[in-house]
Amino acid sequence: MLAMNYRGPFRVRAEQKPEPEIEHPEDAIVRVLRSCICGSDLHLYHGLVPDTRVGSTFGHEFIGIVEAVGPGVQKLKVGDKVLVPFNIACGKCAFCKQELYGNCHESNPEATAVGGIFGYSHTAGGFDGGQAEYVRVPYADVGPLVIPEDMHPDDAVLLTDVVPTGYQAAEMGGIKKGDTVVVFGAGPVGIMAAKCAWLFGAGRVIVIDHIEYRLDFVRNYAQCEAYNFRSMTDPVVFLKKITDWFGADVCIDAVGSDAAGNAMQTITGRKMMLQAGSATALHWAINSVKKGGIVSIVGVYGPTDNLVPIGNVVNKGITIRANQASVKRLLPRLIEHVRSGYIDPKAIVSHRIPLEEVADAYHIFSAKLDNCIKPILIPPSARQ
Amino acid sequence: MDLEKKFSHIKGWGVDADPDNEPTYPMKKYTGDDHQRLNWDRPVQQTLTAEVLHSNERPEVSAVFGTTCPPSGWSGKIRRYAFKHSESSYLHWLPLLLADRVNVVEGIADDLRKGHIPNIFAEKGWKAEWKYNRTGLIKKVTVAALVTTAAVLITKKLTAKKR
Ligand SMILES: NC(=O)c1ccc[n+]([C@@H]2O[C@H](COP(=O)([O-])OP(=O)(O)OC[C@H]3O[C@@H](n4cnc5c(N)ncnc54)[C@H](O)[C@@H]3O)[C@@H](O)[C@H]2O)c1
Ligand SMILES: [Zn+2]
Ligand SMILES: [Zn+2]
Repeated sequence: MLAMNYRGPFRVRAEQKPEPEIEHPEDAIVRVLRSCICGSDLHLYHGLVPDTRVGSTFGHEFIGIVEAVGPGVQKLKVGDKVLVPFNIACGKCAFCKQELYGNCHESNPEATAVGGIFGYSHTAGGFDGGQAEYVRVPYADVGPLVIPEDMHPDDAVLLTDVVPTGYQAAEMGGIKKGDTVVVFGAGPVGIMAAKCAWLFGAGRVIVIDHIEYRLDFVRNYAQCEAYNFRSMTDPVVFLKKITDWFGADVCIDAVGSDAAGNAMQTITGRKMMLQAGSATALHWAINSVKKGGIVSIVGVYGPTDNLVPIGNVVNKGITIRANQASVKRLLPRLIEHVRSGYIDPKAIVSHRIPLEEVADAYHIFSAKLDNCIKPILIPPSARQ
Repeated sequence: MDLEKKFSHIKGWGVDADPDNEPTYPMKKYTGDDHQRLNWDRPVQQTLTAEVLHSNERPEVSAVFGTTCPPSGWSGKIRRYAFKHSESSYLHWLPLLLADRVNVVEGIADDLRKGHIPNIFAEKGWKAEWKYNRTGLIKKVTVAALVTTAAVLITKKLTAKKR
C-alpha cells in the first residue's frame, strides 16, 4: 500500500509498504478515505519529538471504512464508515474509566506520560498512522465512531482532533460568562478554540499570531479580534493595555513547541534543542493572564524541560490546566454542535492533496505557503 | 464511608470535599478507580512479535503497542541504552534524539543499499516551494551559492599562502 514515510527532519515521501495486519483480537483494519496533517505532525516533521524512527508513517486524524476486524471486536462491522479519535484508548483502565481517553495506560509501552496516539513516534506507542491507504486501529470497539449519515466527511475528519482539541482548550479555560479570552495561535486548533470560547459564554475573544492570512481568517470565522504580534513591541504589554491594564481572564496556548516570537526561546528550544521546543506562547500566556486567572494549554511540548516563568504562576495564583484532548468524551456534544450549526469545521479545510504529494503537502503546511490553514491528504484508493 | 470513620479523629475532615471542585472537573469524571491503582480488568495482552522497548516507569508493556520500526542498527543500540533510564532523566531523552539523527544516516544507507538514491529536494517539498515561494527559494539558493563560492575562494587563498 502507499503510505507517508518519514526519512528525517523536513524529509518525507510517499512509498509502498506492507499493509497492516490484525495484531490483537480487538484490532480493526481501516481503509483510509482522507487524513489530515496536524500542527502536531509538524513537531515530528521538524525533528523535535524524541524516538521518531525513520520509516514511520504519521497521521492521527483520519476517517475510513472498516476492512477487517479481529475476533474480539463486537460492535464494529466490516463496511462501517468510521471516524477514529486520535487517542488510542482501552476503555478499561482507571484513566479511561474517568473519561481521560487521552491518558490511557494500556496503549503505550514506551512512555507513561502520554497515551498511545496513531502515527506519533515511539514516544506515543510506535503505531503507524493514517497518512496511508490502510491503518491498524487497536481497541476498535472503544475509539472509532460510525459516521452519522448526514455528516460531511470533512466535518467527520476534523472531529477526530481539531474540533475536540479547540473545544477542550476553551472548556479547560473554565470560562465564566463575560470573560475575556486570549487565544495564542491562529492555526486550526487556535481557530477552533476561539470559535468555542463563545460557546462557553466568553464576553470577548482575542487571537494572537503573526501570519496575516490566518489572522484574517480567524477574525472572520470566529467573529473575534485578531492581532499580529510582530506589530507590537511587547505582546504582554499590548494585552494588558487592551484589558484595562488588568490582564485576560483566560489565556489559551494553541501554539506549542514550534512557537516563534522570541529569539532566545527559538535558538535554545528549536535550533539547539536545549529545551523541549520553544515556550514563547506559554510564557506570554502566563504573563498576560490576570491574577487568579486560568491558563489552558493544548499546544504540544516535548518530554524534557521548558523555560517558563513559573514564579509568576505562583505569585499571580494562576491555575494551569492542560491535556491531550479526550476526543471520545467530547464527540456526542460536538456532533450536536455541528448539526446545530454552531461549529462549521469543514470551512477551515484549505487544501486537498493526493497522498503521492505528501512531501509538498508537509512543506506547504509547515512553511505556511499558499494561505494554507488545514490540508487533507487523499490516498489513491479513495480517489477511484 | 470508611474514610470518614478512619479520619474521625481529625476535626472537620472532608467537610469541604466537593466532587465538582476536583481541579480537573469537568475534564475528568471522578470514579474513585485511582485508588485501585493498576488493578483494573486488563484487556487481552497483544503477543510480542517484535522488539518493543518499555518505559522503566511501568512494570511491563501495555496491552497493545505498535510494532513498526523495531530498534535496529546503531540507532537501536542507543535506543536500548536510553530505555535503561526513566522518562524523568536526560539520559533517556538525549540519547533518543541522538538515535533519531543516527537513524537518518542509516535510512540513507538503507536507500542506497536498495539501489534507491533519495531525492532529498523532492522529500523536502521543493516543488511546492518553487510554486508558492519562488523568490524565497531563489534567495535561498543564491545565498547558498555565494557562501560556497566564498568558502572555496578563501580555502584556495589559504592553501596558496601556505605554499
Ligand atoms: N492537546 C491536544 O490534544 C492537541 C491536539 C492537536 C494539536 N495540538 C497542538 O496544538 C498546537 C497548534 O496546532 P495547529 O494544528 O493549530 O498548528 P499550526 O502550526 O497550524 O498553528 C500554530 C500557529 O501558531 C502561530 N504561532 C507561532 N508562534 C506564536 C506565538 N508566539 N504566539 C502566537 N502564535 C504563534 C503560528 O504562526 C501558527 O499559525 C500544536 O502544538 C499542536 O501540536 C494539541
Ligand atoms: Zn492532531
Ligand atoms: Zn485505558
